[in-house]
Amino acid sequence: MITSAFEYHRPSNLAGALTVLEEHGDDARVIAGGHSLIPMMKLRMADVPHLVDLQDIADLKGITVEVGTVTIGAMTTQHDLINNKALLAAAPIIHEAALQIADPQVRYMGTIGGNVANGDPGNDMPGLMQCLDATFTLVGPDGTRSVKAREFYEAAYMTEREDGEILTQISFSVTNSGFAYEKQKRKIGDYATAACAVLITKEDGKVTSASVAMTNLSDVPVLSEAAGAALVGTSCDAIAMKAAVAAALQDIDPTEDNRGPVEFKIHVAGIIISRAIARAWSRA
Amino acid sequence: MTNQIVKMTVNGEKKEILAEPRELLIYVLREKLGLTGAHVGCETSHCGACTVEINGKSVKSCTMFAVQAEGTEITTIEGLGSPDNLHVLQENFKEHHGLQCGYCTPGMITRAHRLLQENPNPTEEDVRFGISGNICRCTGYQNIVKSILSAAAELNAAKEAAQ
Amino acid sequence: MKDEVTREERVTNLKGLGSSRKRVEDARFTQGKGHYVDDINLPGMLTGDFVRSPYAHARVKSINIDAAMALDGVVAVLTAKDLEPLSLHWMPTLAGDKQMVLADGKVLFQGQEVAFVVAKDRYIAADAVDLVEVEYEELPVIVDPFKSLQSDVVLREDLDPTAPGAHGPRKHHNHIFTWEAGDEEGTNAVIDDADVVATEEMYYHRTHPCPLEPCGSVASMDKVNGKLTLYGTFQAPHVVRTVASLLSGIEEHNIRVVSPDIGGGFGNKVGVYPGYVCSIVASIVTGVPVKWVEDRMENLMSTAFARDYWMKGKISATKEGKITGLHCHVTADHGAFDACADPTKFPAGFMSICTGSYDIPIAYLGVDGVYTNKAPGGVSYRCSFRVTEAVYFIERMIEVLAIELNMDAAELRRINFIKKEQFPYDSALGWEYDSGDYHTAWDKALKAVDYEGLRKEQAERVAAFKRGETRTIMGIGLSFFTEIVGAGPVKNCDILGMGMFDSCEIRIHPTGSAIARLGTISQGQGHATTFAQILASEIGIPADSITIEEGDTDTAPYGLGTYGSRSTPVAGAATAMAGRKIRAKAQMIAAYLLEVHDDDVEFDVDRFVIKGAPERFKTMGEIAYAAYNQAIPGLEPGLEAVSYYDPPNMTYPFGAYVCVMDIDVDTGVPKINRFYALDDCGTRINPMVIEGQIHGGLTEALAVALGQEIAYDDMGNCKTATLMDFFLPTAWEVPNFETDFTVTPSPHHPIGAKGVGESPHVGGVPCFSNAVQDAFRPFGNRHTNMPHDHWRIWKTANDLGMHD
Repeated sequence: MITSAFEYHRPSNLAGALTVLEEHGDDARVIAGGHSLIPMMKLRMADVPHLVDLQDIADLKGITVEVGTVTIGAMTTQHDLINNKALLAAAPIIHEAALQIADPQVRYMGTIGGNVANGDPGNDMPGLMQCLDATFTLVGPDGTRSVKAREFYEAAYMTEREDGEILTQISFSVTNSGFAYEKQKRKIGDYATAACAVLITKEDGKVTSASVAMTNLSDVPVLSEAAGAALVGTSCDAIAMKAAVAAALQDIDPTEDNRGPVEFKIHVAGIIISRAIARAWSRA
Repeated sequence: MTNQIVKMTVNGEKKEILAEPRELLIYVLREKLGLTGAHVGCETSHCGACTVEINGKSVKSCTMFAVQAEGTEITTIEGLGSPDNLHVLQENFKEHHGLQCGYCTPGMITRAHRLLQENPNPTEEDVRFGISGNICRCTGYQNIVKSILSAAAELNAAKEAAQ
Repeated sequence: MKDEVTREERVTNLKGLGSSRKRVEDARFTQGKGHYVDDINLPGMLTGDFVRSPYAHARVKSINIDAAMALDGVVAVLTAKDLEPLSLHWMPTLAGDKQMVLADGKVLFQGQEVAFVVAKDRYIAADAVDLVEVEYEELPVIVDPFKSLQSDVVLREDLDPTAPGAHGPRKHHNHIFTWEAGDEEGTNAVIDDADVVATEEMYYHRTHPCPLEPCGSVASMDKVNGKLTLYGTFQAPHVVRTVASLLSGIEEHNIRVVSPDIGGGFGNKVGVYPGYVCSIVASIVTGVPVKWVEDRMENLMSTAFARDYWMKGKISATKEGKITGLHCHVTADHGAFDACADPTKFPAGFMSICTGSYDIPIAYLGVDGVYTNKAPGGVSYRCSFRVTEAVYFIERMIEVLAIELNMDAAELRRINFIKKEQFPYDSALGWEYDSGDYHTAWDKALKAVDYEGLRKEQAERVAAFKRGETRTIMGIGLSFFTEIVGAGPVKNCDILGMGMFDSCEIRIHPTGSAIARLGTISQGQGHATTFAQILASEIGIPADSITIEEGDTDTAPYGLGTYGSRSTPVAGAATAMAGRKIRAKAQMIAAYLLEVHDDDVEFDVDRFVIKGAPERFKTMGEIAYAAYNQAIPGLEPGLEAVSYYDPPNMTYPFGAYVCVMDIDVDTGVPKINRFYALDDCGTRINPMVIEGQIHGGLTEALAVALGQEIAYDDMGNCKTATLMDFFLPTAWEVPNFETDFTVTPSPHHPIGAKGVGESPHVGGVPCFSNAVQDAFRPFGNRHTNMPHDHWRIWKTANDLGMHD
């Protein structure tokens, strides 16, 4: 498996990267960890005449937690996410989810930016970012703009990002909610048969807010507002849980693949969602 | 396409090679630097036979272009131990029958090396999770896990003795 | 001279039979100094790469190579037209069929080789592959063997539909053979009259051996001296040499075949693939070495698959559970070409071992081979020929019969086992089981796992499930297997006419060390370690002083290679026999040196001693030296021997396995809590290596039982061509295994060894499957097909109403 030939660009700053993108338009693509893009190039399913490597752009790396906001540079790897203590305190759900992504080697290379930006419905971070109500920062020739994770995904591999733009950072509020990231997969390295991120806050034994988002159960990540709403004001009892799961299942649209047919996926999704809710509630 | 000069430090030695951008690091290591220890097993970053260490990370070198490795420090299996002085992991893999056909072994040991750098006291579960990016078709992993745990114990004992 | 070393120490120093000697291979492998085919780089070497068919069945209308040839660095693009003048556009298969090397007018499976590009390097070759323009006309695709036998679509237009095939008459243009064993009429009569009959249909899905190293070759035609050297991933290098000679017309002495280190085989590297042939032709055409190494997708899509057997069984018994008869019919999907790797007279391999470990008075087996639009193959994936299918079949039939009888499956096995005193035992389907003690092994296994306790626990778990207290259930998987390995006696076993003997040639050096060369080839089994141990015990030279060499046909004696657990039973026997020839000559030398009659000395560990006066002796070292520096009347100088061993019978290793598993009914996720494996492989050469083989085989069994599958859609597209979808478990999915053993030596093998590498796979697959199925037995399950991946397990629960 050999990729087509390409020119390699390795700008040292964002402006340099944007210039290359502008110059080559559709022919250029940025590469972060490369663990989605390179296999696609090797299979010749992605043709990239100009490859723009972002690894030297220092501004794109790092995790900061300040005044209640977490900011993560797009080039921050899953490995870094897992090992960052401030992040563990500020949003432990990321730690839990990142450990379920791919395998150790891939996590050393795979970045949060690549994971959220490429629009692969199998990626875990997009659903998680929707759950966290994160904001993506996009920088392009016309300047900087912000897009909510919940509004970013249009279809498989289709996102709000324009061709000339680079997703530079991700930010969201520090959360002390009860959390869970539940994922069923066939083996290490597999995409989810079904996965679900849940954040729940609790006051006086009642749910005050709930966020339920799912991975690989549609061609985009799915945030189920109805599922969250079904939990708010309840004590997460069996009836509420059942209502939330039913609501969440209304919002998904899985397709058959080697993991199994649609009816199986819907059933497993229901189980995974309810387990995630139960675990998040237990931690709220 | 334009060939590029790629400078890397490989197993402590400075190397300079000329590579087309699409040349994967694994092929450059194997064919331009003669380091044939790491192997190609799956090409889709699932099997880990191509694992090398780059700047303190375990990396599947079949999923990295050599040009991306410009300026990095790389350790391959050839950089661990020597015929007269095998690395503790190499010794323990031998001692505990942690290999059979040998094809996954360089990647497995290189990965285990990094794992023990980051977690010198792993549990069996840590080891199993830590090498889950490396597939072995022969051993069933049981003796690999044993080899790594034994190497960890030996390294720790040596560290204690030195203190 | 006073002996300072005790006899016991001398035995230990040999590191012979029974020693957990550390492997001599490992120094190289752990330092990254293995030498596999892709590590070979010869001066001026070119790279070959295939254009492959995207379609499963299509007419090839035209192939235009102009654009590819115009690419700088492309040396040649070969198509069937180029190979035809050499008669190499088709090649014979091991099963008596023929296979296209490059598409000759049509393609018959997705991934089939259409053209071979030869270029300066892998990058140019890959670009050129994209530039070869092939015009296809799609044809109807058949992926179901039953439909194939009903279809008007002729898959193999090259075959005369009315002419018999290699194994007799063909019933239909897509039918390959019918093969039968046993007495059908008698079996049917017994079954018709029986108290109890259980019938079941089961599909043993298609899978693939998928060694971590893919297949490849480097051909180097030296036109100056007319010699062809072929390096490659060959489990049978000598056979490859013979085939290469017959195909190419190059005299066999001018061909050297070398199997370097092999990164796992498991049966995948037994066959001859178009890539090997094309690399040879390309080297002959270009005059420089040509390398071809497939990638993983090519490996999974085009090289030899395993299994794909649709099995239909009937088993009858008395009310008390004594089995009276067994009927088995198999519809075997062989894909586009019959490229099964079996001994010539056994087109369904040793499937007729399907009476298993049980004393079954009468039985019948019929197998129909069928063509479909799938990749060719049908190799023994970590098993002797079709033995995994046979053992799976009988171990499932036993479980189904136990359900029919409402009886415990362990007890049903016990009352039907062949008894110790019945060996050698003639099975209803014609095999002579050499030795066994099944009851002892079974009792030991059941006791080790506290079988009764497990059943009690399971009953409690069923009750808890029914009370709604848990959503997991517990399965106890049992299997008892008897393998048939060590093919085989030349009288009935051959491959392409070559008898399935094996060989060993030994040279003792003057200073008392030795080299032995064998006709087999290790792919991870550790032959360099274990064969030296056999020899050490036979000739009294320490294993550490013996080099074992295999795989170079210029130096090693002819042998049929390593697969089907045949190395120890056949080449291991040859090694012992050659060692005994060495010892016989050494005895004469020793007697001469000690100035006594030959009969007055006897072998003792590492020396010959005078009978009754062990203080007077000559060590093997002294004897070796004398063989080269002293004229001994009546004896040639030197100390060498060769043995070609034709085994009198197969060997029959056996074992008892138990798996304890939890199943999450809602998600279909299984969790293995315990796996106990008792193996009896006869005399144990190296316990450490045996244990390693068992761990590995069980892991491959787990994979096959729980998800590893080559699957196609209706269009014949392979859906499982990468390691994302083709299940190879990681350390995270694999449990620790408990191993145990009994020792029942083979009576006919020189050292009593039987072979072990494949037992855990053969016995493991039904054990894992039975665990899944046993978990559902209390809820009404009878049989569900593998692979038991999450969704199929879930479906079983769903079908049984467990989600209601």
